[in-house]
Amino acid sequence: MTSSPPAAPRGRVGRQRDSRVGDKIFMNLARGSGILLLVVMAAIAGFLAWRSGLALSKNDGHFLTTFEWAPDAPKPVFGIAVLAFGTIVSAIIAMAIAVPVAIGIALFISHYAPRKIAQPFAYLVDLLAAVPSIVYGLWGALFLVPHMDGLTSWLNQYLGWTYIFDQTKTGTVPRNLFTVGILLAIMILPIITAVSREVFRQVPRMHEEAALALGATRWEMIRTAVLPFGRPGIISASMLGLGRALGETIAVAVVLSSNSVLSLHILDPGGGTFAQNIALKFAEAGNNGRNALMASGLVLFVITLLVNGAARLIVARRKEYSGAAA
Amino acid sequence: MKLQRNGRSKALAIGAMALVSSLSLAACGSDNNNTTSASGGSSGSSSAAAINCGKPGALIAAGSTAQGNAIDLWKTTFGAACSGTTVNYGGVGSGAGIQQFTQGKVQFAGSDSALKPAEVDATKAVCTGGQGIDLPMVGGLISLVYNIEGVDNLVLDGPTAAKIFDSQITKWNDPAIAALNPGAKLPDADIQSFHRSDDSGTTDNLTHYFAKASSGAWSYPASKTWAGKGGQSANGSAGVSAQVKQVKNSIGYVELSYAQTNSLKSAAINTGASKPVAATTENAANTFAKAKIAGTGSDLALSLDYATKDEGSYPLVLVTYEIVCDKGNKADTLDTLKAFLTYTASDSGQKAIGEKGYVPLPKELTDKVNAVIPTLA
Repeated sequence: MTSSPPAAPRGRVGRQRDSRVGDKIFMNLARGSGILLLVVMAAIAGFLAWRSGLALSKNDGHFLTTFEWAPDAPKPVFGIAVLAFGTIVSAIIAMAIAVPVAIGIALFISHYAPRKIAQPFAYLVDLLAAVPSIVYGLWGALFLVPHMDGLTSWLNQYLGWTYIFDQTKTGTVPRNLFTVGILLAIMILPIITAVSREVFRQVPRMHEEAALALGATRWEMIRTAVLPFGRPGIISASMLGLGRALGETIAVAVVLSSNSVLSLHILDPGGGTFAQNIALKFAEAGNNGRNALMASGLVLFVITLLVNGAARLIVARRKEYSGAAA
Repeated sequence: MKLQRNGRSKALAIGAMALVSSLSLAACGSDNNNTTSASGGSSGSSSAAAINCGKPGALIAAGSTAQGNAIDLWKTTFGAACSGTTVNYGGVGSGAGIQQFTQGKVQFAGSDSALKPAEVDATKAVCTGGQGIDLPMVGGLISLVYNIEGVDNLVLDGPTAAKIFDSQITKWNDPAIAALNPGAKLPDADIQSFHRSDDSGTTDNLTHYFAKASSGAWSYPASKTWAGKGGQSANGSAGVSAQVKQVKNSIGYVELSYAQTNSLKSAAINTGASKPVAATTENAANTFAKAKIAGTGSDLALSLDYATKDEGSYPLVLVTYEIVCDKGNKADTLDTLKAFLTYTASDSGQKAIGEKGYVPLPKELTDKVNAVIPTLA
């Protein structure tokens, strides 16, 4: 994955004076792939920006603060406030649940479980990542939602004072942002686990043994040797997971009872996410509607870029401190 | 390190295997469909005998998902009777269907609402010397489905239904509902109303009905996008019917076939006629029989009377149009297109979809459609 620079040697291969044909072909192929990626990204961004411009020029509302989504009305009014809020809130809930659990699983596989159990267990986690999101969606709608009643009413009863967990509409089915967050957490768990596990396995044996030799318990060894070394990896892994959580479409569309109300009561049905809104509105959208959806897609694109960039920065800053270069 | 590499590639191999097997399963699935559809077609060969096949060819069409099942049925029957002709219909949604039509990608589009003036202008680019027209082809009705314990014959009227879906009425034992249902044991429970979270022709038609028949209780313009306050939403008619089935004291709106396949109860509507009108295909056909043509020339866009007070006329109906060019259809598929549409508008074609939860259009209407089809060029 992107997070394993430690083993890479300092010098670049391309600098060596070696005029063999195979080397040149390979270098150009590699360079071409890199350029292709940039071209594709630029093409996506350019296309989205162009179509967004068409829609935004006709918008009667404010694109960033309007709640409704009615781009095909005689007077088009649409805004992303509800979508941005729902996307970010559900992703935060998902991350809050998934990251600690995934680190736990990864540590179990890499440091606690006996080898016989660790291997099959690791396969199992990898397989979870291959389950299509529509299957997660159906499972969420048919199993998770009907079984969420107990948890939501418990949260409402004991944490209702926090406002966030206050359930104002009784008797409704818990098809809310909170349930979506839990579903997303389950969906991103395998990715975060798989990447963190690989990173934890690469912790130099010497570090671990040194910690143990100094009298550390296994937990202290993990805290002082494994986690600092693995931190950039964990962050990268979380970002991969966050990317999926932000962009998840069909599972959210099936589970969430969406509306155009921005509410901090995450246990009440309502809200929406970018990807879910696009999936639901695209089929019946008119010309302006499609352009407006692309504009919302562009925002999601930008949010994802920003989040990834921020993660890169954190990783870069932590690298030396963590001793990853050793 | 070596071990890890191994582990990863094994996991990849398993993933690849799963992918391959799912692909091959999908392939099996489509094979099966073909065989069953072929046998279905041959069993209906008595009606197929009357089909005029026209020139063999491949028709490509796209649009409304509402008429998806009807087109499926038609294309298998038609394909079985006419070897060499295939009809390919993509249920991509009305909006996307019209878009593909104006780009010249499909020979006809299915749409739950008639072409708007701007869309007609757009069709002129592909219909050389002509323009896009609406041919009403698939009739349907919208059921107000409900799930209330102990209530079997719910009656609603336009204003009450509009208020329920707009959260102006929030309890089942509200006086307005009680007045329409004398003697019914209405529970003292919150109404859980469900609407579509996706944009849809069903919502469009329901809100058209509300706009005309709710005496002002519905204050929003008719639209494919849900505008009402409160309630919960679900994705597609399938999603809405699943929620209504699952949630007590709920109400939603779906096309009749979804009400039937999920065995949900449908509310009768008090239209002002002497007795409440039940949601049946016969009652819906009565409404279609009195529909006026709003289009001009060969355009047969309908103007439905949502506020009808006639005996046995169910007001909550919708119609799916096939959109074609009046002039300037693609020359090589024109003959096939006419043959297919002639079949779908025929008595046997309409009768066939009547068994699938659609409303066969009355003869008054199909006669007009059949008069237009031969004039297509």
